[in-house]
Amino acid sequence: MKVPVSITINGRVCEHEVEPRTLLVHFIRDLAGLTGTKVGCDTSQCGSCTVLIDGVSAKSCTTLAAQADGAGITTIEGLGDGEQLHPLQESFWNKHGLQCGFCTPGMILASHELLRTNASPSEAEIRHGLEGNLCRCTGYENIVRAVRDAAGAMAQE
Amino acid sequence: MFAADFEYYRAGSVAEARELLAAHPGAKLLAGGHSLIPLLKLRLAAPAAVVDIGRIGELHGISNGGGALHIGALTTHAEIAASAAVNAGAEALAEAASQIGDPAVRNRGTIGGNVAHADPASDLPTVLAALGATFTVSGPDGERSLAAADFFQGMMATALGEHDILTAVNVPAAGSGSGSAYVKFSHPASRYAVVGAAAAVTGAGGTCAGASVAVGGATAVPVRCASVEAALAGRALSADAIAAAAAAAGSDFGDDLLGDVFASGEYRKAVAPVYVQRALTAAAERAG
Repeated sequence: MKVPVSITINGRVCEHEVEPRTLLVHFIRDLAGLTGTKVGCDTSQCGSCTVLIDGVSAKSCTTLAAQADGAGITTIEGLGDGEQLHPLQESFWNKHGLQCGFCTPGMILASHELLRTNASPSEAEIRHGLEGNLCRCTGYENIVRAVRDAAGAMAQE
Repeated sequence: MFAADFEYYRAGSVAEARELLAAHPGAKLLAGGHSLIPLLKLRLAAPAAVVDIGRIGELHGISNGGGALHIGALTTHAEIAASAAVNAGAEALAEAASQIGDPAVRNRGTIGGNVAHADPASDLPTVLAALGATFTVSGPDGERSLAAADFFQGMMATALGEHDILTAVNVPAAGSGSGSAYVKFSHPASRYAVVGAAAAVTGAGGTCAGASVAVGGATAVPVRCASVEAALAGRALSADAIAAAAAAAGSDFGDDLLGDVFASGEYRKAVAPVYVQRALTAAAERAG
């Protein structure tokens, strides 16, 4: 039996009747049509499916859409303001914090979580904060630089 | 990966959850989902119904009373790790919670789901065994309280019956002169404990008035290391005494060791004293 689910994604209400087994990541990608959020390992280890649920990071491949009924979700598409990139997006661009780009949406949202809980992290804290996100291109050095850069930019705002 | 189809019910209260469990035999409880959803996706579990208890307010939060911390089953690992009350009264628990998985996992995973899942490689069962925690269970015959030794019954097996709901975990709050710590050898990919050691020490004036030690990862359920505890009781909390006591850790494990391609049972048993020693050392420092 399908269940009605209403989720506000990046400020837009999305209502669908879904099978209970529908994962949040599939609701976001297939029903809301927002494909920035990726499915990588599908076992909650790689972090490429990371989104914000009511402002807090979560792995959308290990969350049922029904669990997020009524919640507000932020995906990579909703982080910036129109054409205005979020400082994290700006820094990942400027510091070459991506290579193939597949892990980037999850990396940026995991970085958002880190800076939410620690506005001025050390390099070690950045590496620890991003331990749930894997980059198969092994571009970690520049990702860490990007997060440091973004933390500095956000502190000046 | 897609789970087998199931019916989904959302409970607004413990009473309603119990009614739903009674109405749907074999139903599974869903809290944060970080143990159950992977099982559903791998089809290691395929219940006909899932009862979502994730929004039951009465199961959420940490309170402090009667010398114990009462941790609602829906409290997340992130909340436990950040709790001032837990960091003050049960350092090992905060320490273990802060090392589970990664930040996004800790934001969703709950203490109740963790212990009900009873994975031998999990961190919290080991700590709760060492700290003398009790588990509050709401069942058809009312509420009951279980000690860790009775709650954890085997690999992924607990005393919870089909119609039971774990509602809270209660941890005695450490007084002054007491300290606890959790140290683990975490698997480099999964962060699960290959071996995890939890220790609580009461040490007035540098002498051990009492110690409790548990090890997880090497056996199906956390092992209380009575040999280590006895070896340390009444001794000065010196580095030598701690090392000598910790060396006995493996003798409490029995013959039924867990091993896998990453670490054999013999290896886990051999390495356990190192982690017991580290946990005892950190706990003794905090007690002092």
